[in-house]
Amino acid sequence: MVQEVNKSPKQSREGSPWKGLGAVIAKEMADHLTSARMRILEILIILTAAGTSYAALQKLVGSGSQNEFLYLELFTTAREPLPAFVGFLAFLVPLVAISLVFDAINGEFNQRTLSRVLSQPIYRDALLLGKFLGAFATLALVLTAIWLLVFGVGLIGLGVPPTGQEVARILLFLLVTVIYGGFWTALGLWFSTRFRQPATAALGSIAVWLFFTAFWEILVSLFAQGLRPIQYGLLEEVLARAKLEMFLSRISPNTLFVESTIALLKPAVRSLGLVLPFDLQGAILGAPLPVSQSLLMIWPHITGLLAVTIMIFALAYVSFQRQEIRV
Amino acid sequence: MDYIIETKGLTKKYGEFTAVDSLNLQVEPGEIFGILGPNGAGKTTTILMLLGLTEPSSGEVNVMGFDPSRQPLSVKSQAGYIPDQVGFYDDLTARENLAYIARLNGIPRLESDQRIERALGKVGLSDVGSKPVGTFSRGMRQRLGVADVLIKQPRLIIMDEPTQGLDPELVRGFLDLTRELAEEGITILISSHLLHQVQEICDRVGLFHRGRMVLQGTVAELARNVLGAGYHVRLRANGKAGNFAEDLRRIAGVVDVKYQAPDSYTLVAAEDLRSEAARAIVEAGGQLLSLDIESLSLDDIYNAYFEEVNHGPRGQ
Repeated sequence: MVQEVNKSPKQSREGSPWKGLGAVIAKEMADHLTSARMRILEILIILTAAGTSYAALQKLVGSGSQNEFLYLELFTTAREPLPAFVGFLAFLVPLVAISLVFDAINGEFNQRTLSRVLSQPIYRDALLLGKFLGAFATLALVLTAIWLLVFGVGLIGLGVPPTGQEVARILLFLLVTVIYGGFWTALGLWFSTRFRQPATAALGSIAVWLFFTAFWEILVSLFAQGLRPIQYGLLEEVLARAKLEMFLSRISPNTLFVESTIALLKPAVRSLGLVLPFDLQGAILGAPLPVSQSLLMIWPHITGLLAVTIMIFALAYVSFQRQEIRV
Repeated sequence: MDYIIETKGLTKKYGEFTAVDSLNLQVEPGEIFGILGPNGAGKTTTILMLLGLTEPSSGEVNVMGFDPSRQPLSVKSQAGYIPDQVGFYDDLTARENLAYIARLNGIPRLESDQRIERALGKVGLSDVGSKPVGTFSRGMRQRLGVADVLIKQPRLIIMDEPTQGLDPELVRGFLDLTRELAEEGITILISSHLLHQVQEICDRVGLFHRGRMVLQGTVAELARNVLGAGYHVRLRANGKAGNFAEDLRRIAGVVDVKYQAPDSYTLVAAEDLRSEAARAIVEAGGQLLSLDIESLSLDDIYNAYFEEVNHGPRGQ
């Protein structure tokens, strides 16, 4: 809590900030899992999973692919007009996350339940973290369910069991997806403490999502063109622009997610950055990397996603702790 | 005397605005104390500080032996709070709403089921306990609010504007319920701007005005201090040319006589002078048509007090 300079600064506040956390998480998850909102999302998600994996399956079986990582292709193969499963997730996960939390705090305000809940012997910390973890766990549950669904479709459709490598990679893929969802959950939660109207919070979160999904790439190339103009067509110029573009583009959590999934699901990818011909000296093209090496490649991405998630949660925390609860 | 609530110089400032100004409040165990005053007088802010939901700018607070801003959990586990227009999760049933509160209080499952039933029984909501709260009327919600604080078996209940928006019959029922709780030994602090509604159940009241508590005591004490005289006798009489004002004024103990309308008088006195007034009318050869005594109204006290404050003391 925001403590003012008061008579006994040594004395810290009593008890654990996590008292009641379990109760809040349980209530939040129960609410989410039974809500009409969740039903709609579930239908959307199951359609996506079934649709994309079926489409991918058709294409894989039809092409007689020789790839040794058939299972992974199930996630990344697209058949027009549908995007691949990963592509779908990149924009579906934020939507699900936002729709779970956009009214988390302001909803309690508007229902006038906040002061009643906070007059119980718990701290605000427990309420906010409980809201976050409740939504996060729901999201993880849903994603795991879809993941299992696609996995099952693969088992039936492909008729071959996945190798240990593949299982490890798609498990990591699930983990990265959940972390990506965590970022949007934190963002939605922050907006729900900042804006008193749930509609404003939802719109704000969706605006951020739209910004990164649709406009960021355009802005990035505009910036890159403006800041690193190619005047003479030199290699250095081209490189400098590409580097700047990459740097800017990785500010977007979407880019971090998509690059991570590419590294995980396409074992042959050995760099997410620029690859110059001399980098490839001695490399066996098309040879897959071990899981640990792919993971190493996206380690900064995961760290970045986690860091920005924690940062945004901290913003939500500060804004919530400072809020006057009177209606 | 150990007070259950005690504040010393409690002050809360929002920027330049002083919501509560050096408040010294003492509430004794087992009493019903009314914090009364118009909207914006600092009542809710005071309550939030008592519960540790808002930090005081300065001053000391002691609630049941704890400092709410340092030991909020201890205070909140023994003090129930019914906020202004109490809200519930509309999709959940009454029982589910209470069960959540029980879990937040760390009450074990078996124990909590019993407490929920007892609380719902107490407020008369047992048979609708499994209906979603969204279907409840205003009065039912208010009673559920009481059940909600009973779950933690509190020593102290703080109610903010509990009668606002209830029709008179529901107010009656609600006040009776409050009385019952007080008889069980629970100390109750009620805030309200509807002075006349809560005055009758309050053992003592504090009148708030612009962040300060300007008057404190029992209603009778306040009446004596502010109005000078506590009793208003209203009577109607006729049968005489002219009026009875002079006859009435001669009664010993009468402070003031107002001639309000033809045949209608109001007598202000320090004690109940009904029989003396009746005798005076009869002796003056008049016919007494009606005679009754007005109960003391906090509204009158409040208005009179501010008339005095704003326009200087009345000539008495």
